This record gives sequence, C-alpha cells and structure tokens, in this order.
Amino acid sequence: MISYILRRLAATIPVMLIVAVLVFLMLRLTPSDPAAIIAGDNATSEQILAIRAKLGLDQPIVTQFFTWLGRVLSGDFGNSFFFKKTVWELVSNRIEPTLSLSALTMVFAIAIAVPLGAIAAYRQGTLIDRVVMGFSVLGFSVPVFVIGYVLVYVFAINLGWFPVQGYQRLASGIGPWLQSLILPAVTLSVIYIALIARMTRTSMLDVLSEDYIRTARAKGQTEAKVLFRHALKNAAVPIVTVVGIGIALLIGGVVVTESVYSIPGLGRLTVDAVLARDFPVIQAIILLFSLVYVLINLIVDLSYTIFDPRIRH
Amino acid sequence: MQPVNYSRRTVLIGAAALAGILSFAAISGSANAQDEDTLRVVMQADVRIVDPIWTTSYIVRDHGYMIYDTLFAMDANGEIQPQMVDRYTVSEDKLTYTFTLRGGLLWHDNQPVTTADIIPSIKRWAARDALGQTVMTFVTSIEAKDDLTFEIKLKEPTGLLIFALGKPSSNVPFMMPKRIAETDPNTQISEFIGSGPFVFMSDEWRPGDKAVYTKFEGYKPRSEAPSGLTGGKVAKVSRVEWRVIADQQQAVNALLNGEIDIIQQPGADLFPLLKDDPSIKIVDWNPYGYQFNLRFNQAVKPFDNPKIRQAALYALNQEDFLQAAIGNPEYYTVCKAMFVCGTQLETIAGMEDKLESNFAKSKQLLADAGYDGEPVVLLHSTDLPALTNIAPVAKSLLERGGFVVDMQSMDWQTVLSRRVRKEPPSQGGWNAMATYWSSADVLNPVMGAFFNASGDKAAFGWPNDPEMEELRRRFVRADALEEQKGIAEAVQLREAESPTHIVLGQFNLPGATRSNVSGWIPAAAPVFWNIEKGNGGE
Repeated sequence: MISYILRRLAATIPVMLIVAVLVFLMLRLTPSDPAAIIAGDNATSEQILAIRAKLGLDQPIVTQFFTWLGRVLSGDFGNSFFFKKTVWELVSNRIEPTLSLSALTMVFAIAIAVPLGAIAAYRQGTLIDRVVMGFSVLGFSVPVFVIGYVLVYVFAINLGWFPVQGYQRLASGIGPWLQSLILPAVTLSVIYIALIARMTRTSMLDVLSEDYIRTARAKGQTEAKVLFRHALKNAAVPIVTVVGIGIALLIGGVVVTESVYSIPGLGRLTVDAVLARDFPVIQAIILLFSLVYVLINLIVDLSYTIFDPRIRH
Repeated sequence: MQPVNYSRRTVLIGAAALAGILSFAAISGSANAQDEDTLRVVMQADVRIVDPIWTTSYIVRDHGYMIYDTLFAMDANGEIQPQMVDRYTVSEDKLTYTFTLRGGLLWHDNQPVTTADIIPSIKRWAARDALGQTVMTFVTSIEAKDDLTFEIKLKEPTGLLIFALGKPSSNVPFMMPKRIAETDPNTQISEFIGSGPFVFMSDEWRPGDKAVYTKFEGYKPRSEAPSGLTGGKVAKVSRVEWRVIADQQQAVNALLNGEIDIIQQPGADLFPLLKDDPSIKIVDWNPYGYQFNLRFNQAVKPFDNPKIRQAALYALNQEDFLQAAIGNPEYYTVCKAMFVCGTQLETIAGMEDKLESNFAKSKQLLADAGYDGEPVVLLHSTDLPALTNIAPVAKSLLERGGFVVDMQSMDWQTVLSRRVRKEPPSQGGWNAMATYWSSADVLNPVMGAFFNASGDKAAFGWPNDPEMEELRRRFVRADALEEQKGIAEAVQLREAESPTHIVLGQFNLPGATRSNVSGWIPAAAPVFWNIEKGNGGE
C-alpha cells in the first residue's frame, strides 16, 4: 500500500511540470501587458518600458520560465507584480476562507444529499422520490449566482439572519465564522446536493435489490439500519467518486461564490490576479489547485479500499 | 416496503443540528452591529499599489489623501490654497518663491516635518508627474533656509508652480519623510509614513479584502473650515476601513443592510434601489465629475490624418454617449468644453458646429482626406460598466459618418495592454479607444495628458503637433489667469482642427451613505476627514 501511495505521489511530479509549462506559456501568449496595467493612465512609454524591465518581462520567455521554475523548486513563488507582498503571503492569507467554505459546503452537501438520495431510492416512484429528483434537476439548472442573490434577498436583507457579504476569520470565534459562511456554503452546496443525491439514489437502487439486504431484513434489522448501515456502505464507491469529483470542481464554484459574497479566498484572488495579469500569483494558484486535484484523486482512490476491501487485493 | 424507523438518538442529533443552525439566526444582530467610531467604505477599486507617486491610479491617489498631506491644495472654488504651507511670498521679478511650513506638523512616527523632508518629496513627485516635469524645467534650485523655510528659484516666471504643488489629482505632490522620499522614483516605496490625518495600518492591509486607516492623534489640522481638499482636516472617526466588495449589487445590499456606511460610487443603474430608501443618502461629493474621451492612435493610418480625426469630431455627438453610458440626465452634462464645464478655463471655442452628428460633413471630410474605407479598429472594453456602451455608440455614429469600423471587444486590462502598442492594427495595434478621466485631471492643457502632442514622448496615441506643443509651452509661461484663458481657448481651437482626442461628455456619479453619516466634503477626490457617524438612521 505504501509503495502504491509513493508511486502515485511520484506520478504527480510530471503532471505538475506539464501544468507549470502550460500555465506559463498560456499567460505569456495572452495579449496583455502587466506593465501597462500597473503604470496607469498617465504613464509614458518610457515608464512602461522601465516597469517591464523591472518585472523581468523584457527577458526571453525561456529565460523567464527557467528563472521562475528555479525559484519555485526552491520554494520561492516570487513576488506579486502588483502588491508589495510575496505570492506565498497572498496565497496563504486566502487559504483559510476557501478551505472553510469548501469544507462547510461539502459537509452540507453530504449531510443533506446522501440521506435524500437514499430515501428517494427507498421510496422509488413515490412523491418523495419525485420531489428529490425535481430538486436535483433544479439544483443542476439554476446558476450559483442566482441562488446566491435569492438567498441574500430572503435571509440577509428581508429576515436579517445572516450578513449580506464578508467573511469572519475562525480566530474571531466559531459563531461569527459560521454565520458568515452559512449562506455562501448553502449557495455552493446546492449543485453538489443535486449531484450527490442523484448518484446516491442510483447506486442505492442497485444495492437495495441485493440478497444481503433481504437477509438483513430477515434478521430483524430496523429499516434505518438496513438502509444506512448495510445498503449505503455497499453503495458508497460511486458516491465517494462523485464526492471526490465534486471537491475538485469546487475550485470553480468558489470563484463565483466568493465573488458574490465578497469572501477574500483563493477564488477571488484568482479572479483578481487574472484581471490584473498578475502572472506570479496566477501561476502559483494554478499549481496549488493542480496539486489539490491530484491529491484528492489519490485520497478518493485510497478510500475505495475502506468501503470495498476487495479493492485492496 | 416497510416504513423507515429512526432511532431516538438520530432524531435528537438532527434536532440539535437544526437548533444549532437556527441559533445563528438569533445571534445575527451582531452582523449589523454598528460601531460609531469605524467608517466602513466600499471604494471604486481595491488598493493594490500603495505608492501614489509611482502610479496614477485613482484609488492610490485616494489612499494618498488618507495618509499624506500636501503643501497646497484645491478648495471648493477651484482655487489653490496653502495646506502644509503656512505662508509664502513671491519676489517682484516672480523668480523666487519662499515658503514657510506650519509649525508642529508631525509624521506618523512622531518626527517633526521639516524642509529636509519636503525638498526630496517635491523632487520625487516631479520626476514622475508630467506637470511636475514641466514645472521643473523652470526651476533652477530648491533650497532649505531653515527647518521650516525653503525657497524655489525659477529661470523664468510661470503661473503653474503653485498650481502644480496644489494639483488635486494624479499624481498629487504628497509629502513624505526624507528617507522615503529619497526612494528611486521608478521604485515603489516600502514604508508608508505620512503626515496626513489618518495612519495606514499596513499589518491589517489585505489586498482583495480591506485596507485600514486609523486616526492620527498627532495631526494638527488647519484652523479654517474644510473646503475641497483644503482647510481643517479633522478626522472624526477613529478608524476607516476600505472594504472590497467587487460585486456592485452586493455592495448596495450591504449598504441597505447596514453592513457598510459608504459606497464611493455605486453604478448608475443601481441608484433607483438607493434613492427611495429612507436609510440611505445620496451625496454629490465630486462636483467636477468625470469626462469621457475618445482617443486616436495618431502613429498609424488613418488617424494620422487630422482631417480624418476632424471627420470623427463631426460624426459624433455627446448626448448619445451619455444616454447609453449613464442614462439618467441628472448625472450627466453635455459639455463641449475640453477643460470642463464650470471651471475657470471653460470655453466652447471651435466646437460650436462639432459634436452634432453632422454625418454629411463627416463624409465630405473623409472624401477630401482620401479615406479609402480601411477599417478603423476600435477597442471595446466590456467589463467597466461606465465604458461598456461607449464603443458600440462610437461604432454606430462613426459608421453613419462614413467610417468603416472594426470594433474589437475585450476586458479593460487587455485594452490597457493593447493601447500601448504602436504597431498598425494588423500587427496587434489599434486606431481608437474610449476612456474617462477625473475632470480634475484635465483642468488645463498642461495637466491633461491627452493634450501632450510630443510624438513618442506623449501618452498612448502619440500625437505629434508642434503647434500644440508651442501653445502648451506658452500656457506654462503665462502667469495671469486672463492670459491662461486666452491660450486655453487657442488650444481648443487647435483641437477643433487637429484633435488629439474627442470629449464625449461629462458625468458625475454621486456616492451613497447610510443616513447617519454626515460631513462628506465635496472635493476633486473622495476624502474621509470631517465625516462622522451618528446613531440615527439605523
């Protein structure tokens, strides 16, 4: 098992290298000039050239790439073109809000979707099933920002239960932290609830017709135990796969949600960096996201062995 | 199928979870808790660069007004008044200016402000700012006489020295301590110590989230009442937070919900949401407003030909642009005066028959100029609300005036990158693009960067017009207002013949505050001294 994990981790190196080359080249090939953006409206051509030289953007692309790669390999992601801060300082400041939002979103999604999907399967063809599947279609169809605005209108502006925007750090207390995250997390979780509930239902339908379910019932187990202990565990592999994909897709979701709710996380930083053509920040974030993506895939693969011991062999 | 039986434990856990979530509704009052001593503001942009001498960005200028002070400043009537300077004298030959600083001024590290700080500050600003560079060509020396007195000697008289030192918009000559002011003008400063009414809390600065300023207890305000950017700068709140809410709709929601106190500049389309709400006040803080411009690239065909540029001046009209971009006539002014309506240099000389969409005249000029129908590449910014509709209107009007227009849509940052390219459009260049200035930046032909017609040394667009340059030189030398007015008129007449850019109208987007916020001073830049928060209106 350990050698398998090590092999998988080693495989991330070429993946990361390819991502690094692609991101670097794509950014350099876009028709944009960070120096002109930094310089402002009144800048002369000489001032723009001076900024370009200062940022090293007047060097050949190959030189720029290897200079950057050398720094990254030594753990230095460089400085932001715009802020008087290092890339690591900017990124590390944004990890907590994004991690908090992502974690709470997945907690909501799993806590709501799995029971909903299981009950829909159990009550296949009934009104409950139709409601759950109807919600699932709606969840897929409505854009995240629409859900966000509706929730803000109802729960923040009309009812005044939650703030319209902003993020309270965990250090300011679990109450304010959770309060600032509930609306964004619910907003973002809707699509995952739809996705996971649908997958859970399908997977459960297969399992519920198995002989061992009938055996469990014959042994006098309660229906809840049959459903959630016996059936759900055996239906878990495809659900875990979808959850894993969902976590990876969250990266896209947080960009929109963080923008709507003004959460200073990695998603907002990505948007700001792209709009400002802050190359070092964009490169670092994409590398980070790629690493997270690869690691999530690894964790999902490893989790299969927990739910299905046959896979260990 | 049997009914699902939930255990008591499951039910209890579910009930506890629900109660937990609902309890946050009960404590939600804290979200709107008001702190009378903290002003929470949504500015028009995020503070990313913090050196107002290094960049001309407006948000950095506004940051500058928070923490730095100026020797002179512009009052509500457009006059330049002493600010850090207590008094000054001018010699009879108008070649020697002697300035005396106010006593007791302190930097934020509680060191006294002296002429040793002021002189490098002026030099660093003058190395970056176009007006500063022009004025410095008149200066022979800047010398300290003592800690509070310094002298500027000129080669020949100019009426612009005091105006330049009190210049209201980017780059503003902000004063900094000697050690900071001696930073290479092409390098950003890394220490943020000023002598203004607020202190920048650099450890709390989180780009993309917020910038924080606290009241400087050691600030010594002037005794006069505040007027524009002059007078007593009294900080009436102990803390100002500039919060970043990128989504305009959400900023308005946050203001309505009492989570923030001020939006510097809500989008024009959001005013209907704010105007009728009793908890909100609309504040016209910027009397000069902004000016829309269409800039030509004169380094390449066809706008290297003045007749073709003049044809565009005949084809366009301001009302169409203003209607499309701003909509509500309450917030815009049709104004053909290139030096802004309501100012000392306002004139419409030369523009009487222009900007009236005279398509026949435009077509005739194009024919006279031998325009061959080569498409004009017009850059269209799609993500800045104020500019989104400008290029499509320009395309429509120019086409009706006989031009062939290739409008290329892109985000603003790509426009910024593209417009500095001098190559022909076929090689990634451009022919025309729209932008807007704070009107405080175009109050005369030397301040306005678009009037600079020195070819390669001019701003993007690179006009090359020796006649315009001579007029600008004359303006710098003029030391009486009447003379300046005459030259400004001549500049505009020259613009009517050989435009460097076209003014597409003036607009003014007010700010919005909670109704318990008062004291926002109308000025050329948003400033936060004198503002206080009461406990009403919530």
